[in-house]
Amino acid sequence: MAGIEVTTLHKRYPDGTVAVEHVDLSIGDGELFVMLGPSGCGKTTTLRAIAGLERQTSGDIRIGDTLVNDLSPGERDIAMVFQFYALYPHLRTRDNLAFPLRAEGLPKAEVEERVAEAARLMRLDPLLDRRPHRLSGGEQQRVALARALVRRPRAFLMDEPLTNLDAELRADMRTEIKHLQGELGTTMVYVTHDQVEAMSLGHRIAILNKGRVEQIGTPLEVYDRPASLFCAAFIGSPPMNLIEVELADGKLRSKSGLALTPPPNLPRDRSLIAGVRPEALEVTEPGAEGSVPGRVVSAEWLGDEIIYVVDHGDQRDVRVRMPLNVRFAADAPVGLRHTGGPPPVYDASTEELVA
Amino acid sequence: MAVSVDEAVSPGPVRDHRPPGRRSTGRGRVVIEVAVLAVLAAVMLFPVLWMIETSIKENRDVYAIPAKFFDFTVTLDHFKDVFVASDGGPTTLSGAFLNSVIVAGVSTVLATVLGVPAAWAYSRFSVKAKKDQLFFILSTRFMPPVVVVIPIFLMYRQVGLFDTKLGLILIYTAFNVPFTIWMMKGFVDEVPAEYEDAAMLDGYTRLQAFWKFTLPLLLPGIAATAVFALIFSWNEFVFAIFLTSSDAVRTAPPAIAGLIGGTTVDWGLVAAASIVFALPVLVFSYLVRKHLVAGVTLGAVRR
Repeated sequence: MAGIEVTTLHKRYPDGTVAVEHVDLSIGDGELFVMLGPSGCGKTTTLRAIAGLERQTSGDIRIGDTLVNDLSPGERDIAMVFQFYALYPHLRTRDNLAFPLRAEGLPKAEVEERVAEAARLMRLDPLLDRRPHRLSGGEQQRVALARALVRRPRAFLMDEPLTNLDAELRADMRTEIKHLQGELGTTMVYVTHDQVEAMSLGHRIAILNKGRVEQIGTPLEVYDRPASLFCAAFIGSPPMNLIEVELADGKLRSKSGLALTPPPNLPRDRSLIAGVRPEALEVTEPGAEGSVPGRVVSAEWLGDEIIYVVDHGDQRDVRVRMPLNVRFAADAPVGLRHTGGPPPVYDASTEELVA
Repeated sequence: MAVSVDEAVSPGPVRDHRPPGRRSTGRGRVVIEVAVLAVLAAVMLFPVLWMIETSIKENRDVYAIPAKFFDFTVTLDHFKDVFVASDGGPTTLSGAFLNSVIVAGVSTVLATVLGVPAAWAYSRFSVKAKKDQLFFILSTRFMPPVVVVIPIFLMYRQVGLFDTKLGLILIYTAFNVPFTIWMMKGFVDEVPAEYEDAAMLDGYTRLQAFWKFTLPLLLPGIAATAVFALIFSWNEFVFAIFLTSSDAVRTAPPAIAGLIGGTTVDWGLVAAASIVFALPVLVFSYLVRKHLVAGVTLGAVRR
């Protein structure tokens, strides 16, 4: 087991595409570290560079104390699970699991023992004699995970391993991976574009955009205080409401008059944008205390909650998360007020968190 | 080459239309369809049929007027004449067939050995100006052979490749490599790169990963591509007639053409030689017909 250090990583392809602009990561020993971002943000390239499948243009990668820049993927002592499971099609499950061990040249008895152990962990015993094309997607992914396990590597690298599974199975596998990582205590780097996966799995999350790290933090930090407007818009479903505000008589006020509690140490003379979570707003009867008048544009009934889209006279409508017992019809006149604590505030020009 | 593709593919549709089980249309329509197709088939196949007949007729029946369709004596003398000379030794034609086998075989192997790894590289790696390079490679096939044969003839005479088997092998390889690269790139694109990634993480080098995992999955594609290349080299006429002069080097197509043009033409021999020449390609195409169709729709169309 080992931590992973990525320093000033830069990757530029021969055709001129820059996949990774500048990435610094410090992943702790035994940590489940998630890299999250939209497609093309450089997360997979970074992971492949850690694996040794891509050679970075510049920058250093260390696994444990070893500088692995010039080591081949096989010499880095890591295991990787792919989105497309990459099970060898001509081998039965048993041989797929044993393959990396035989490649290492381990004695037969130990190979069998380790295969049996991985099969038990991933509950693969009934599937051991099947070939990949006779396994379902979920089963294939379990085999792929088991194949990573048998190696007992210093770190696991996961490249969107659950993307090809259907929603129900994905949730199960998510739990399974989290449980497994906790049990084995092996460092895991997990790449995904799915924020739910990132939030539920990660000890820490790195949000990447355009080849740069926008924010690194625990799921709660990332959710409560997104470091930039990009992160604010990326995390959360529905995402944060980004409201243009001005500081006036001790309050942050939007153009519509919506009042927010300002955070301390707010810089002056800048145009500001407040990031307000949908659950930090409240839809009220029109004219309720501290509310601004608004109108319900639409209401999405999600079963356990309702998402109201409210026009409050600002350029952008806001989304508000409300419990089921509060019901307003579409087009109904309502009041809108802020209920949470001070929201994160961003500089409109640099798009970064200022307070 | 186009002719061979038609031969390999066309029997399918003709056969598929024949079953009278099409419920939505009437029986009359089926009869008309079959009749039209039968007439078409007869027109298309007549030259082939006539060639076969001529090859097994005695010479006086070949020249008989009115032509004899059925009531002639069957003989295999012409086929014997293709291989055995009047003095009992091998004929120049049999030498030409051997030359064809060597030239087509070696050039196909070379094109495959060069083209498959190139296709793999173009499919897997980020290469500077990849599209331009691929277009350039394809562009070498834009011109028909007859356009470039004069400059190549002059070059070959300078460097001593004129009238050598090596010269023919090289020019056929040059024509087949672009084709192999383009067709194989389609097949390689279909094989997920993750197999190689996984193998590399298991401790193999990239080339070992290609050799052990990707290559076996590519074999059907390689077979199809190689057959196309083989058919091209086997049938090629223009380069063969311009770049060779001696019987020791000449391949079968110009050698068969050379049979026509004397004061008398032994049509029986010409027909028999043509059949012997066409047979290997037909058999090959038949054996790999599934792959040929797959190759046309998958390898060649996709980029």
